[in-house]
Amino acid sequence: MKRFRRHAHESQRERLKQELFHFNKTVEHGFPHQPSALGYSPSLQLLAIGTRSGAIKLYGAPGVEFMGLHDENAAVTQVHFMPHQVELVTLLDDNSLHMWTLRGHKGISELLEIGRFMLTGPPGAPPSVTSVTAVLAHSSGELLLLGTEGGHVFVVEVPGFRELEERNISLDQITNSIPDDYLGRRNLEHVEALVENPINPSQVVIGYGRGLMVIWDLEKKNAVQHLPATQQLESMWWTEDGSHILSSHSDGSYCRWRVGGPEEEEEEEEKSDIPYGHFPCKAISKIVQLPTEEGPPFLLFNGGMPRASYGDRHCITVIHGKTHVALDFTSRIIDFFVIRSGPQHTGDPSALVVLVEEEVVVIDLQTEGWPVIQTPYLVPLHSSAITCSHHVSAIPLKLWERIITSGELQNAHYSKKPWPIMGGQNLAPDPPQRDLLLTGHEDGTVRFWDASGVCLKPMYTLRTATAFHTDADPNDNMNPSAEGEWPPFRKVGCFDPYSDDPRLGIQKIHLCKYSGHLAVAGTAGQILMLEPNDEAAEHTVETKVVDLLQGQEGFRWKGHTRLNVREDPVEFPAGFQPFTLVQCQPPAVVTALSLHSEWKLVAFGTSHGFGLFDYQQNNNVFVRCTLNPSDQLALEGPLSRVKSIKKSLRQSFRRIRRSRVSLRKHHANNAAKIQEANARMEAELAEMELAPVQRKIEARSSDDSFTGLVRTLYFADTFLSDSTHHTPSLWAGTNGGCVFAYMIRLPAIEHRADEPVTAQPAKEIQLMHRAPVLGIVVLDGHGAPLPEPLEVAHDLARSPDMQASHHVVVTSEEQFKVFTLPKVSSKMKLKLTAVDGSRVRRVGVAWFGSSRTEDYGESGLVVLTNQGDVHVVSLPHVKMQVHYPCIRREDVSGIASCVFTRQGQGKHGSRPSLSGVLPRADLSVLRQAST
Amino acid sequence: MNKTHRVPSSRSLSAVEVKSKFGAEFRRFSLDRSKPGRFDEFYGLLQHVHHIPNVELLVAYADVHGDLLPINNDDNYHKAISTANPLLRLFLQRKEEADYAAFGTDSLTRKKNTVLSAVLLRPDANKKKPPVIISLPKDFRPVSSIIDVDILPETHRRVRLYKHGQEKPLGFYIRDGSSVRVTPQGLEKVPGIFISRLVPGGLAESTGLLAVNDEVLEVNGIEVAGKSLDQVTDMMIANSHNLIITVKPANQRNNVVRCGGGGGAASGSSGRSSDSGASYYGYSAHGAVASMPTHIIQNFSAGELESDEDEDLVIEAGGEAEAIRHAPSDYSIPSVPRYEPHLNLRSHFSSAYSINANGTLHGSGSSGSPNNINANSASPSPDRAKERRSLEEDGTVITL
Repeated sequence: MKRFRRHAHESQRERLKQELFHFNKTVEHGFPHQPSALGYSPSLQLLAIGTRSGAIKLYGAPGVEFMGLHDENAAVTQVHFMPHQVELVTLLDDNSLHMWTLRGHKGISELLEIGRFMLTGPPGAPPSVTSVTAVLAHSSGELLLLGTEGGHVFVVEVPGFRELEERNISLDQITNSIPDDYLGRRNLEHVEALVENPINPSQVVIGYGRGLMVIWDLEKKNAVQHLPATQQLESMWWTEDGSHILSSHSDGSYCRWRVGGPEEEEEEEEKSDIPYGHFPCKAISKIVQLPTEEGPPFLLFNGGMPRASYGDRHCITVIHGKTHVALDFTSRIIDFFVIRSGPQHTGDPSALVVLVEEEVVVIDLQTEGWPVIQTPYLVPLHSSAITCSHHVSAIPLKLWERIITSGELQNAHYSKKPWPIMGGQNLAPDPPQRDLLLTGHEDGTVRFWDASGVCLKPMYTLRTATAFHTDADPNDNMNPSAEGEWPPFRKVGCFDPYSDDPRLGIQKIHLCKYSGHLAVAGTAGQILMLEPNDEAAEHTVETKVVDLLQGQEGFRWKGHTRLNVREDPVEFPAGFQPFTLVQCQPPAVVTALSLHSEWKLVAFGTSHGFGLFDYQQNNNVFVRCTLNPSDQLALEGPLSRVKSIKKSLRQSFRRIRRSRVSLRKHHANNAAKIQEANARMEAELAEMELAPVQRKIEARSSDDSFTGLVRTLYFADTFLSDSTHHTPSLWAGTNGGCVFAYMIRLPAIEHRADEPVTAQPAKEIQLMHRAPVLGIVVLDGHGAPLPEPLEVAHDLARSPDMQASHHVVVTSEEQFKVFTLPKVSSKMKLKLTAVDGSRVRRVGVAWFGSSRTEDYGESGLVVLTNQGDVHVVSLPHVKMQVHYPCIRREDVSGIASCVFTRQGQGKHGSRPSLSGVLPRADLSVLRQAST
Repeated sequence: MNKTHRVPSSRSLSAVEVKSKFGAEFRRFSLDRSKPGRFDEFYGLLQHVHHIPNVELLVAYADVHGDLLPINNDDNYHKAISTANPLLRLFLQRKEEADYAAFGTDSLTRKKNTVLSAVLLRPDANKKKPPVIISLPKDFRPVSSIIDVDILPETHRRVRLYKHGQEKPLGFYIRDGSSVRVTPQGLEKVPGIFISRLVPGGLAESTGLLAVNDEVLEVNGIEVAGKSLDQVTDMMIANSHNLIITVKPANQRNNVVRCGGGGGAASGSSGRSSDSGASYYGYSAHGAVASMPTHIIQNFSAGELESDEDEDLVIEAGGEAEAIRHAPSDYSIPSVPRYEPHLNLRSHFSSAYSINANGTLHGSGSSGSPNNINANSASPSPDRAKERRSLEEDGTVITL
């Protein structure tokens, strides 16, 4: 029927396509890549983050997110909300200013750019005159004061960006006002900071790089007071009562200046302090002091660490009375702000929000011990490098609740306070179903995320390392600081890119949502079978070693050794607990994994072969070695070599970080050396241009390395031997374009526990083009993909048509091919690489519902190519339907980490090892209409 | 065996004396030089005289130079008859026991060397080995060809590389570069893909049709403009079993041939024969190219461009490996693709022959009847070719 429609009604098909397929980029999950600026509006309760790629993102209550993108591809260096307005101003590093607003539109708000401005100086002036270094959004909401590199302050009226030339404060005006005795009237340098007097809006303090601060009256246009600091200025803060100004300096000191009439001038430099003094310290880049109703004020500052010993730490110090803590972050601090309680947001400080390069950390300042508040969004997916991901949609409520309960038990150390940033209202309806995203990490953890709604919420973390003996001391960096340590460090944040044993890394995950069985496979050939348990339990993990080489001679594994399993009983916390470990030998990376919970079988593959394990009887069913005898690389385990390179790199980075401080001392001596190195680098670059990149054109051959690497495993109940009897089967596809099919004989259900499961080889297909096989799908008599295990048993899928003949669709990197079953002969194919040069990277089966009618839908293959395009290929006729550009082709790891959901969403981690943004591309209209 | 000594007679001048050897047995008979008939008739005759009606034979003869040459089609049969002086010495072998190494120059005097290596060795112009081994025409196979010369601009060259099995690497590298294009806005520098290196001994180098710095314009009919180096690499690898690349040769001097050959397209179409091919190579500057015996100039239909030679190998449980293939095939080795162009080659040869034959016959002033014979002898062969081609077309529809 379909065929008829396709040929007879070409136009109808086109219309149908429009109804079925619709591509939408919906949201980006996780933490923005390379944040560069932070802003906060207490009145709106919105947090703004600017990124180095020119994006601006606003976050409020969980689910409230706005995103804007500057046309210029320049980094956002500053974000300022106009006080008490809905506008915000961004400064880009191309010196352009942009005005954004939130505009209501049909009941929802959207972030819009409403103006842009570039400061123009007098004709002939050098560009430095107008290069903006400091921005002050005046409390009137109408003025913007722009301090420049030339030392001038320009006044601009907003939102129209009208320059008020007559109100500009020129450097000449300032220098004329400086008392003659100020350090020989040296150059004042650029405007470093601009701060408004909190009690008198007409007064601002202008801080110059050299250290001089001038309190200026905007109305009277004269200098009120001069604060002659001697150190390079980093930041200023005007206390709330207007009586003092705090200045922080590049030598790690801060000063408290009294603001008052000229008669009190002798009291000037009231208090100067280098908090981590004696030895040279790094600059304090930002200082904040906030009063409390009763008791001492909060003093918070960023940096100021002793240069030699702790110069590489990223710290924010919080001092409140006798409590003094240096919060130690794992990545560079971009900026921070404090949220204050009370209806006018003028009360006691309630929370400290810190934006560091890799995460946002919020600290509850009102609870004893200043615990961290768990972030409902902006969670770094990549706290440890993401090594794989797995998506499961429509989770049954029971399993969902069990996961949540286990997760709650883990989060006891978090603050009980609610999330403090509650701006906006999430208008999105409740998600129609519960979706789970599982991410596997390099440190051996599996994180469970609630992926049903717009934002990705952490639910539960599974640690697989507990089952093994590892070199890493679990208390290594979790140690609370020793008594009396100075500065009083406290580690905060969960971002830890360093894994101490790369063998723990998770490579493949498969969760059966109906049975709750979870299979997790890792870098050292370990496959853990887990099941949920609501209570903590102590038990031993049974280990089965499976030899994938099967006595092949002459092989020597030179890679990593297997992990040592704890033989004594281990206490496992509530949640998923391992019950069986299958250990592949040689312990190479597990490259493919498939779980069939109905048959209680798990299939696994490495670069050496694949095997089938019966986890009910704890018995290995069979092993097939796929190794090509000439493949030396696979034998010796180069993957592990790569890992060890990574490890040594990591170590050397750590060394560099440590030695950087000492290097700086010899800076002067090294100047010549650096020059020399630069010259050499230029020479190398020139050479590279002479010898451009070239690519070898060669047919794939059976002698290529890693042809035996198992890429995909698939269970299917289909016709393998004859067209009347269907049997369970296991399909495997290798890197060398080979497909193996095994017929599985399962004992009758009543004998399932004692009779052995057997399997025998049935088919072997060698694709002539030898491209890696990425996906295998069996289609039933209607041409629909077979349902997942237990789906039919739970009445969630139509049982497959077993009357008409089945087909198997093999997706390789280069083409899609449909073969008939049980006699394998090619029926149809679609070439991709030969036609447009792109290769399939990821493939998934998805259901596309029509946007017009409820009752029509089609299954299709969703394909992501190495060019970052998403294609939809129809089944069973393998015809190209639609394609959309989705990910930049340079974003290799983003492409590699893509997962598709059954409802046609694509999810991928953009550079998961670095940023972990998971933009979710929505493919199906039905799904789109419902969200 | 047959010891009757024949006295040369006036009649015997037009007759060819045939001495046929099969195993240890000899048969002698004669043929009319002017009416040699067709090869299949001759073949039947041989089976008849040796009383081996159902034995597949390999027929060879010793030519004037003492070379052992095969007779397996009308063309070389007629050649053998016409050159017999006066005795035609035939050597018959069972096909299954055939010793292909025996053929070639000085093959009758030369000691036989190992059979297998000789079979594998194909004429290779770059190797300056004096004895050129000539295998049976069925062992000839195209390694590369220039195609679509009539539709492409003279500055471009479309080259087809045939990758048979695993014998020789394709052997070239490509790189990014820039070329200058003429656009309505004037000259414009555009990015392009170029051949950067040829692997010594590789297919690309040994054909002589590709050279370093040739710009790659198309891969299997798809333009590479706008595609990245990696995309083009992947396209070429995906098409590696039947790679057709259109290049703009860096050395444009060789293109003079067609303009300078006189008559341009007209001469090209009339002379679509082995002769014109020879003249082409005669003009070309590459010495290596000139001596290449396996180049063919031919046109490919779109269907042939699409023709796909990847046949997946399926092993059923306990069974033998078989190639998935729907089109019936003459060749039993599944991994070796079909060489359809070879058929075209043969039809060209036969038509060329008929023209030449007509010319000589007219020159000798004989009656019209030989013309008919020639016409007959020539006609079946295109017919057969047509038959085969239609089969082949079916093949492209059904094959994978």
